[in-house]
Amino acid sequence: MTGERRTARRALRWGVALSLLVLLSACARNAPQDALEPAGPYARQIDTLFNWVFWTAAGVFFLVEGLLVYAAVRFRHRPGRPTPVQVHGNPRLEIAWTIAPAALLAAIAVPTILLTFSLSRRPADALDIEVVAHQFWWEVRYPNEQVVTANEVHIPVGRPVFVRLTSVDVIHSFWIPRLAGKQDVRPGAVTHLTLQAEEPGTYLGQCAEYCGLSHANMRLRVVAQPPDQFRAWVDQQRAPVVAQPSEAAMAALQRGGCAGCHTLNGVEGFGAPSVQTSTVGPDLTHVGSRQTLAGATLENTPEQLAAWLRDPQAMKPGNDMVIPKLTEQEVEALVAYLESLK
Amino acid sequence: MATVVVEPTVAERPWFLRRPRATTGWVSWLTTVDHKRIGVLYGVTSFAFFLIGGLEALLIRLQLARPNGRVLSAEAYNQVFTMHGLTMIFLVVMPLSAAFFNFLVPIMIGARDVAFPRLNAFSYWVFLAGGLFLYSGFLLGGAPDGGWFGYAPLSVRLPGPGMTFYALGLLILGISSTVSAINFAVTIINLRAPGMSLMRMPVFVWMTFVVSFLLVFALPVLAVGLVELFFDRRFGTHFYNPAGGGDPILWQHLFWLFGHPEVYILILPAMGIVSEVLPVFSRKPLFGYPVVVFSGIAIGFMGWGVWAHHMFAVGLGPVANSAFALSTMFIAVPTGVKIFNWLATLWGGDIRFRTPLLFALGFIAQFIVGGLSGVTHAIVPSDYQQTDTYYIVAHFHYVLFGGAIFGLFAGIYYWWPKVFGRMLSETIGKWHFWLMVVGFNLTFGPHHVLGLQGMPRRIYRYAPNMGWDLWNFLSTVGAFLIALSVLVFLANVVWSWRRGRTADPDPWDARTLEWSIPSPPPPHNFDRIPVVRALDDFWHRKYAEDREGRLTPVVAGGAQAPEASAGPGAHERSEGDEQASSEYGSSGHASTGAEHGSGRHGIHMPSPSYWPLVTALGLPVLCYGLIYSAALAATGGLILLAGLYGWVTEPVAE
Repeated sequence: MTGERRTARRALRWGVALSLLVLLSACARNAPQDALEPAGPYARQIDTLFNWVFWTAAGVFFLVEGLLVYAAVRFRHRPGRPTPVQVHGNPRLEIAWTIAPAALLAAIAVPTILLTFSLSRRPADALDIEVVAHQFWWEVRYPNEQVVTANEVHIPVGRPVFVRLTSVDVIHSFWIPRLAGKQDVRPGAVTHLTLQAEEPGTYLGQCAEYCGLSHANMRLRVVAQPPDQFRAWVDQQRAPVVAQPSEAAMAALQRGGCAGCHTLNGVEGFGAPSVQTSTVGPDLTHVGSRQTLAGATLENTPEQLAAWLRDPQAMKPGNDMVIPKLTEQEVEALVAYLESLK
Repeated sequence: MATVVVEPTVAERPWFLRRPRATTGWVSWLTTVDHKRIGVLYGVTSFAFFLIGGLEALLIRLQLARPNGRVLSAEAYNQVFTMHGLTMIFLVVMPLSAAFFNFLVPIMIGARDVAFPRLNAFSYWVFLAGGLFLYSGFLLGGAPDGGWFGYAPLSVRLPGPGMTFYALGLLILGISSTVSAINFAVTIINLRAPGMSLMRMPVFVWMTFVVSFLLVFALPVLAVGLVELFFDRRFGTHFYNPAGGGDPILWQHLFWLFGHPEVYILILPAMGIVSEVLPVFSRKPLFGYPVVVFSGIAIGFMGWGVWAHHMFAVGLGPVANSAFALSTMFIAVPTGVKIFNWLATLWGGDIRFRTPLLFALGFIAQFIVGGLSGVTHAIVPSDYQQTDTYYIVAHFHYVLFGGAIFGLFAGIYYWWPKVFGRMLSETIGKWHFWLMVVGFNLTFGPHHVLGLQGMPRRIYRYAPNMGWDLWNFLSTVGAFLIALSVLVFLANVVWSWRRGRTADPDPWDARTLEWSIPSPPPPHNFDRIPVVRALDDFWHRKYAEDREGRLTPVVAGGAQAPEASAGPGAHERSEGDEQASSEYGSSGHASTGAEHGSGRHGIHMPSPSYWPLVTALGLPVLCYGLIYSAALAATGGLILLAGLYGWVTEPVAE
């Protein structure tokens, strides 16, 4: 029957299309948060293992789908075909196709377990960092360097970084795909993750465990720098504010109630950040030096900062920053001051 | 229960305790205890929820079609994706499978009804009540918005009432499923026709059996978790609050200890359907029936030992992660075995590409993709990258849509003539299939890429410079193709209703007992309880098989001749069979526990009843009361008790 032959041909064509799709997925490019573009040894080990498994699975895919399409075409009904022989089973064959996948899986299991154990160890020469997740931003602390910042993790290139993670509210997940796999961040517990970058650059990441209204707006980035630049960054971050607020800025800071949640090291009425205790909102001592604002969802420009100060809830629904409506003059004064805090 | 026949005393009872008598009209549907009508109710209701869940999916895809989408607010999006998941799992795939269990299992094992017909009606009404309760959140301040697995402590801390509806709604739905699972397990154990030994049961019945046990053991685990969640939310207990000595991970263990068997609860019925459809349309017996059955059982057992693979990124440590990686890889083996056995069933067959077979082939082709991506999740380090991204969204849609929904559509097309007595259009059916295949793969294929490129799931917006635009757009186009294919299916239903050819009892020249009775079946199913002599007994009544496996039609002028030209069709049972049938049949029936009453042909069928509906209504009232007021809760409790009182004091049949 031509109709059925057409069906079979279409099935074949579909099989080819599906295979192409799988191939495409293997060579996707130009995504800054791409797990398939590892930029450090920890992500690369995962990628290598995944590739190995992917191609094995691709082989199985083509074999089994091929058999399916072949059977559908070869054994399709044609007029005059004798009734098929009634085969009820074949124990030898069935044992074979039980053992073959089991053997294949056992082969995959060995490197899986080895890598699972090796990824869980803390490298001896690692830089220690603590990350505290909040709805919906990341507090980043360097306990040995006495530095606290937010949403932007600076690391030295070529050195493993051991990140201890905890949360003050709900479960989040810390994920920089190009540098490491993800690790859930739990309230009341400390989990850890090792990452490392090979080249200087900015690596994007975001919260990967649904954590509420603005889960989509809880992003972060890692800035990998040569060791000397990293040292310079640390020195800069440890210093108190580079300038005191103008009168107008101070008035706005007070009317906004900013000191209730934020720290500004060196400004009267504001506390200094501490590597021991978390603050409600991000430390602002060097906010002008950061690339982004608001959980890495906004570029750090005067325009964006102004938009944020005018209506934080519109920019990032459900965040904890509930402030009185600021006047344009107040916004202007605050933007000028905060952007100066390099 | 059945041996004690209470004589009816209708006249003495006050009006409100009088028994419904309608056999047509809407009252008859409200009071029916007929497993076939309950099956149809399940099917229609779950299909309505399928359309609602599908609309939610379209909203999700519209929102994500472009970066920084503005179709939905963050608040609305989080409710919509949560309700999409809850709907498709608890209100579509589970009850749609239950529709098939209800309609088919009693007939396939040669019984006249399920073991507890009124309990069966109760299950349906509780399911409907639970579904409406869950959805009523939209009108009462917010639907569930914590994701379908509602991770604590977020689920406790979310401000709207949604997660309270979640906790109580899933408890109601759990009651429905537990009750129905017990009913089916008992039915399959006790009501099989004479000769229907366990290893002669159709694979679909076997899968129902396995799923029933999974449900009975899995749902209580979820119930514990949900009660604790409700207490945390309503009464401020600290089960999941680390500051109060609780542990959020407790919820994850409870949820996934339910949740992974749940995955098999969703997929095994579809696997059973495929195992019925493939042999019929390749005109060969299922290859390795015992192995397919055993694989199903093995999956049922092993499904309990893999739950923590949902939690690899939680930080359980390398020992736990490795152990669950191994168990997860092992469970791929019986799943793979099933696929090979299906391929071998097709191999050497005489394959007729009717719509049910197309959907079954679609199931296999797409389930393979889902299975293989599942293996990549078992690779713990690789899962650190993939979990909670669109890659996992792709994976479970390939399993639950490409697999379960395609399998269920195979079943819909296959059994439609039996249920409604009319054929669906093959032409429209093929359009439906190909549109759905293209739409499905276009929607979910790109999700693999998106996930690997770092797009997390459950985000209501994404930035434009992430490299995700094209794939998201393609996915949205695919989603609308799926929607179109569903419209084509609805057109087919209308076509069948208006123009569809009247179905013969056995339009596909099939193998199992349901095809030996008229389409649609009479209320009592079988005039005579059949006596089963082999696996695929009905087939062997039509065809004899010689030593080399060649078929010869059994020569007899059956009244139930199928359309197929290959053989003259069903033959009447031999003299000996008739005798055995009447011997075993009557006594077999009397001992089955099917309730007595006077039906046609002197066959006792259970009478309709209001009480399952009344009792079921008490549950949502009780649950609203738990949220809003103690008086309302007490009212719900009273309705429940009144329903139970009416139920137990009512004779099973009159």
